[in-house]
Amino acid sequence: MSATIDNGVNVQALLDARGVLAGAPDAAQFTWRASSSWQRGVHSTTTIENFFGLGEEQSHKTRTVFDADHPAVFAAEDNGITPIEYLLVGLASCLTAGVASVAQNRGIQLRSVESTVEGNHDIRGILGVDSDVRNGFNDIKITFNIDADATQQEIEALVAQSQKRSAVFDALTNPTDVTVVVA
Amino acid sequence: MSAAEVAEMIGRFASSFGAPVRSGVTVTSLQAAEGGYAVVSDQGEIRARAVVIASGACNRPTVPPIAAAITAQIAQFTPFSYRNPDDLPEGGVLVVGASATGVQLAAELQRSGRSVLLSVGEHTRLPRTYRGRDVLWWMHEAGIWEQRYDEVEDLTRARRLPSPQLVGTPERLTLDLNALTGLGVELTGRAAAVRDDRLLFSGGLRNVLALADLKLERLLDTFDEWARVQGREHEVGAVERFAPTVLPGPSRLHVDLGGGEIQSILWATGFQPDYQWLDLPVLDQKGRLRHDGGVVDGAGLYALGLPVLRRRKSTFIHGIEDDAREVVEHLAGFLGSS
Repeated sequence: MSATIDNGVNVQALLDARGVLAGAPDAAQFTWRASSSWQRGVHSTTTIENFFGLGEEQSHKTRTVFDADHPAVFAAEDNGITPIEYLLVGLASCLTAGVASVAQNRGIQLRSVESTVEGNHDIRGILGVDSDVRNGFNDIKITFNIDADATQQEIEALVAQSQKRSAVFDALTNPTDVTVVVA
Repeated sequence: MSAAEVAEMIGRFASSFGAPVRSGVTVTSLQAAEGGYAVVSDQGEIRARAVVIASGACNRPTVPPIAAAITAQIAQFTPFSYRNPDDLPEGGVLVVGASATGVQLAAELQRSGRSVLLSVGEHTRLPRTYRGRDVLWWMHEAGIWEQRYDEVEDLTRARRLPSPQLVGTPERLTLDLNALTGLGVELTGRAAAVRDDRLLFSGGLRNVLALADLKLERLLDTFDEWARVQGREHEVGAVERFAPTVLPGPSRLHVDLGGGEIQSILWATGFQPDYQWLDLPVLDQKGRLRHDGGVVDGAGLYALGLPVLRRRKSTFIHGIEDDAREVVEHLAGFLGSS
């Protein structure tokens, strides 16, 4: 790996963590948390501050509050983005982080990584118009534009490897067991 | 070579130097004993100062845990219980796994008139021939098979690499996913979970196709570079590149197990060694034999014939020779010093 490559990712720390956690699976168990609170109408705020990992409670540098609402075409006040749009935020940011990390590890200098995500959604599902239409996305397409010191083939390999190691890509493409309870 | 020819070759090899082969003996335990090891079998016990474990890497089919959640209406098979298409109940078949076994059986079943759904995870795509030569000629000549275990970048990964999508036929046909789609096989993503009597497939199929295509391109680049640098281009045809793997449409995300579309599932999801008879603390937490290039961490204990034991060719009959020489050298040193 060339020392002059700098995408701002501390790959050595990640590789060290990989080495340590290989022999300590318990420390690798993380729990991510969000607390949500209804405001009014379909507007809610969700706060994220703490999580659990490496065997103990952890905190982000700052607490972040996310507003979720629906746009005016849903007859709502649009105080924030739509919940399903948060999935697009998660997917794009996760794959972009992966591209940067894999590029750093492979000694590829990035100049820019831009992407556009489109999730196609038939809202007849959530409105109960047609029970054959699913509630979630029909499909999602993400298009990357990457400027880097690399061949087209190397760039395609970065994006492929980023998907292979992406938490959000996996969470969206594979089923997850979800439990909802009333306390 | 046919299976019978291979068996005959091994028999000839054994008799060529009078090897004391005892066939039809089931070893029930290998355990520590005074001065070394006791090999307990259904025909008595053998004491040995050193033992080479060469029982193979494919003793049992690997079936994922979701198989247990499949309704009893669906007949389930592994490559060990399947012999030919007539074994399966009438109707559609889901083949899970797209390595050598999965693609060959999917093609066989589709050709027999079944409708076949093939669940595809990470796989290794290879053309049967490249630039007029068999792809195994390239692997051999370009030194890929010779790559040593201590030179491979990620050994754990190399040792669990899926077997390439190859089939041996007189016509030397390529049996990749495009060929299967051409036969009428439908491709789906990796089998992920069973929920409400539906088997759910991953929506990440396009990426595993892209990973395999990119990896194939890098391998062909390696071949081309080798031929150019070594001055071997006159021995081969013109440079070729293969069409990317095509998905005819969006891949389906589930199959209804009670809906009658498929009547059987064939798990072509790999194989694993069987070490139930190995009564020694030499397995890791995943049940794999701990060894360094065939030297097991137990004095006088050795292994041969496991994936990338010392080289990429370690599991081939023609690949065992170099490994055996080095492992036996260590073994002879052990016997000489103890």
